[in-house]
Amino acid sequence: MDRSVAGRIGTTLPKLDVPVQDDPPKNLLRESLEMPELSESEIVRYLTQISTFNFSIDHNFYPLGSCTMKYNPKVNDDIAALPGFSEIHPLQEESTVQGALKLMHHLQNILADITGMAGTSLAPMAGAEGELAGMLMTRAYHQRNGDTKRTKILVPDSAHGTNPASAVMAGFEVISLNTDSKGNTDIEALKYVLSDEIAGFMLTQPSTLGLFDTNILEVVNMVRDVGGIIYGDGANLNALVGKLKPGDLGFDILHSNLHKTFTQPHGGGGPGAGAVMVSERILPFLPTPVIDRQIDKSNSEFYSFTRPEHTIGKMGAFHGNFGALVRAYAYIRTLGKQGVPKVSEDAVINANYIRTQLKGIYDLPYDRTCMHEVVFSARNLKRDYGVTALDVSKRLIDYGIHPPTMYFPLIVEEALMIEPTETESKETIDEFIDIMKKIAQEAEDDPGLLKEAPHNTPNTRLDEALAAREPDLRWNK
Amino acid sequence: MNPSEFKFSEEHEWVNSTNNGEFTIGITDFAAGTLGDVVFVELPEVGSEIKQFEKFGEIESVKAVSDLFAPISGTILKKNENLTSEPELVNQDAYGDGWLITIAPKDLTELDSLMSSQDYGKFTESQSH
Amino acid sequence: MSADQNTDLKFTSPYTPNTKNDRAEMLKAIGVKTVDDLFRDIPENYLNPELKIPDAISEMELVQEMEELAGLNAVPGDYASFLGSGAYRHFIPSIVNRLALRSEFMTCYTPYQPEVSQGTLQAHFEFQSMVCQLTGMDVANAGMYDGSTALSEAVLMACRVTKKSAINVLDSVSPQYKEVLKTFLDAPGIKMDSLKDGMASSNESHACLIVQQPNYFGYFEDLTTLSDDIHKAGGLLIVLTDPISLGMYKTPADYGADIVVAEGQSLGISTSYGGPYVGLFACKQDYIRQMPGRIVGRTKDTNGETGYVLTLQTREQHIRRDRATSNICTSVGLIALMSTIYMISQGKQGLKHIANLCYQKAHYAAAQINDIQGYSVNLDRPFFKEFVISCPISPAKINKRLLSKKIIGGIDVSSQIKNGMLVCITETNSRQEIDSLVTALREISAEIGSDEK
Ligand SMILES: Cc1ncc(COP(=O)(O)O)c(C=O)c1O
Repeated sequence: MDRSVAGRIGTTLPKLDVPVQDDPPKNLLRESLEMPELSESEIVRYLTQISTFNFSIDHNFYPLGSCTMKYNPKVNDDIAALPGFSEIHPLQEESTVQGALKLMHHLQNILADITGMAGTSLAPMAGAEGELAGMLMTRAYHQRNGDTKRTKILVPDSAHGTNPASAVMAGFEVISLNTDSKGNTDIEALKYVLSDEIAGFMLTQPSTLGLFDTNILEVVNMVRDVGGIIYGDGANLNALVGKLKPGDLGFDILHSNLHKTFTQPHGGGGPGAGAVMVSERILPFLPTPVIDRQIDKSNSEFYSFTRPEHTIGKMGAFHGNFGALVRAYAYIRTLGKQGVPKVSEDAVINANYIRTQLKGIYDLPYDRTCMHEVVFSARNLKRDYGVTALDVSKRLIDYGIHPPTMYFPLIVEEALMIEPTETESKETIDEFIDIMKKIAQEAEDDPGLLKEAPHNTPNTRLDEALAAREPDLRWNK
Repeated sequence: MNPSEFKFSEEHEWVNSTNNGEFTIGITDFAAGTLGDVVFVELPEVGSEIKQFEKFGEIESVKAVSDLFAPISGTILKKNENLTSEPELVNQDAYGDGWLITIAPKDLTELDSLMSSQDYGKFTESQSH
Repeated sequence: MSADQNTDLKFTSPYTPNTKNDRAEMLKAIGVKTVDDLFRDIPENYLNPELKIPDAISEMELVQEMEELAGLNAVPGDYASFLGSGAYRHFIPSIVNRLALRSEFMTCYTPYQPEVSQGTLQAHFEFQSMVCQLTGMDVANAGMYDGSTALSEAVLMACRVTKKSAINVLDSVSPQYKEVLKTFLDAPGIKMDSLKDGMASSNESHACLIVQQPNYFGYFEDLTTLSDDIHKAGGLLIVLTDPISLGMYKTPADYGADIVVAEGQSLGISTSYGGPYVGLFACKQDYIRQMPGRIVGRTKDTNGETGYVLTLQTREQHIRRDRATSNICTSVGLIALMSTIYMISQGKQGLKHIANLCYQKAHYAAAQINDIQGYSVNLDRPFFKEFVISCPISPAKINKRLLSKKIIGGIDVSSQIKNGMLVCITETNSRQEIDSLVTALREISAEIGSDEK
């Protein structure tokens, strides 16, 4: 680091409290190690200063579609930091970690109940890993049945990129499926591709368009009729918790992004947790470990790891992102059965409120009741004033609001995907609506203002082409 | 303007004969514009065979990847080495310095299945709506 | 259940600000009567299912309940712990958590909007740089889920680079990691061969050879020979390493490694019952377009000022979808940040010092234990902070007795080494703890001696 000054130290060094041992073999030792040399005060100031360059949920409204940027309760961070949770070692004997196992067991049951499924594994470390686990279970299920010709997975064209990527990692070929003009699965297209080579359908419900697929029961039946597995990408569970159990509709596998719906702070890109829930017939294939509860003769309970009979195996070195599981559990405990449905209700009210207030100002490609998020298009502004979704997004920054998700889903041109979440007040949302209206007006009056935005950030727009053409990925020393 | 002597494919590649019986291949100005700032081009080795309408490489912008499809079949004689350090040439001069490869063509009748400059102009017009 | 039961919910939560009035106003503006009018797309029979989860509780009750649960776990401090095997207890300076807990770092998303994410981006750039410094490699990404998935992704990458579909794994690689490899490699049909200790046998079918250095049992492998072996066969050398060891030992790059992965947990992350951790992933410059995961690059803004962005994104799932180099999206940004702070804070002197403390204490312990009647430790082969004790009886039995003496013993590796117990000593193990372990082992040896008589 160019700030380093030779001789400075950032922390005090503990002294050696055992007699000095023989030197290690010289030929194994490195000659030099160039690492930063800064005092603690300099480090704190440097990192504190750069932290203020970030927008964050605690400072800003952050309606980033598909990412469920809701408020993260502070108490959950304190709880995860309790030494009894944060300092235990993953390989401690079961008898010494009964509290941790009990918590995980409760969380397994709660998630199974909320989603209407038969069992849970908490092992996957993010949504995408949950998808991979789901696809591997799909594969293992068919193979177990001797059904080896099922090599294809259906994925809607509106799906998140992790869906096709995960299916391929599990050895499948991806068949992309069209969305119809209402934003539902195109039933005719589905009929056309269904066959006994279909291993399953990866379905996001509500879809990434923020819409609940009204063909859902028909789709589930059609896919199951040809022997396929229904995999649910539950990243959008925030629209459904307490209002609908996907398992009731016939889903076989569902992953939940606990870091979205159940508030693990997003940390600038993780950690996450991508628990998978499954129906009865998929139970034997769950990733390991699964936590089991036994009652012994003296009526005391004991929690232990089990390995599902035909498990697809381990998803990581240990038992999943425990710290994230603690937070998710604490969150659900606080809300309880009264609070959980309120999450999705308020998320859906807030999104529909935005939808109706901004309709006509921004194009609404699918003009119907939405769920927890609404996808607008800036194509009208582009057509009329040459202003893009990117320009609108960057201008929002000037008003202290984090941009929505842009250019996703890919099937909506100039997409602006807005997810307010339930943790925002009506006042915040009204203010956002006003600002969005104002920006649309600015697009007409002074498009340059949008094109040059943002104006008050530490950097103006950055040259991403330069970054990709001449990758400069580290400092050198 | 698309050069009048070039031939064009629906996948937005152009091909043009050079004096000595070789053919040069690139992507069109329209395609380069749609892609945005080109940051990387992946081309096959000299000597390898390409087949009409089949994939022979990839071109990347910051936020998109596109397959490159051969407008005609042939054997690769040269590839544009300048694109390694200056991929932006594709944006700056798609029909000139931004060329991709030259080939020894296999079957000149394949050219008949391509579009003229005028037809390609109409084709892109219909595409941009 | 009546369809609209939830509309008049009495329950209020501090996390959902909409009051009954707010809701009514918003529903009116939307043009519907009830909340459930917004859920009409859901087939009616399925709406508003019964939940079996417990009732809501207050923050105070929550804290009490969670403290109780946490209290059921045995914690180092109350116990002396000698567990390692992929998760290590090292001292964490206060600034690591204090800085990482800042709202600005903790409650932001992946830095897709660079103008409002320079804090995260710049920190990731520091992370990548220091991972390169430590490992000696050219480039590093911004982190993977953990060391085991970093290794699995490294193998997939080696297969892409070499266009081969078999790999060779030295049998001294962590069994947990090998299990994860199996999960990742079965489906794409990548065959895993196992290479016996030190015997060079890579062949042309092998995309890579995986070596753990120091190995699972704590000992150093002859990387020079192994590197030659795989490179002659035309494959890549993947080294799984311990970042703390790199404070003093040669880098994998010194031996010609092509890809280096590691569990980054020991760099300032609490053991937290196995996660979240951070996988380190570094490689040679030639392979950057085949790398998985996020990468931050330095660039200029429209005013010519330096700034940072996510770069080479065309490798990733949101652009290349089914042809992406990996499916990873959400990674472990915050944990990478914490390890960044740790590395800056330890810095040039600290990292070397910590490595040396681990070395000295582990060697002190090993020599003491080797002197106890009935126990032996291989002291001839170089090791770092972990080593295997050959015990007089099964380690499981010993561990049980240790636990009653408030000591959490090592890992039972008797399936690989007869009565083997793998122990780990870090700078956090005081001499007193080590001595108490030695005393306890001696007592146990005496006890079983008399038990058996
Ligand atoms: C719809 C959808 N599916 C899957 C994912 C992947 O989840 P993760 O980022 O946790 O891997 C995301 C989020 O990024 C998503 O929005």
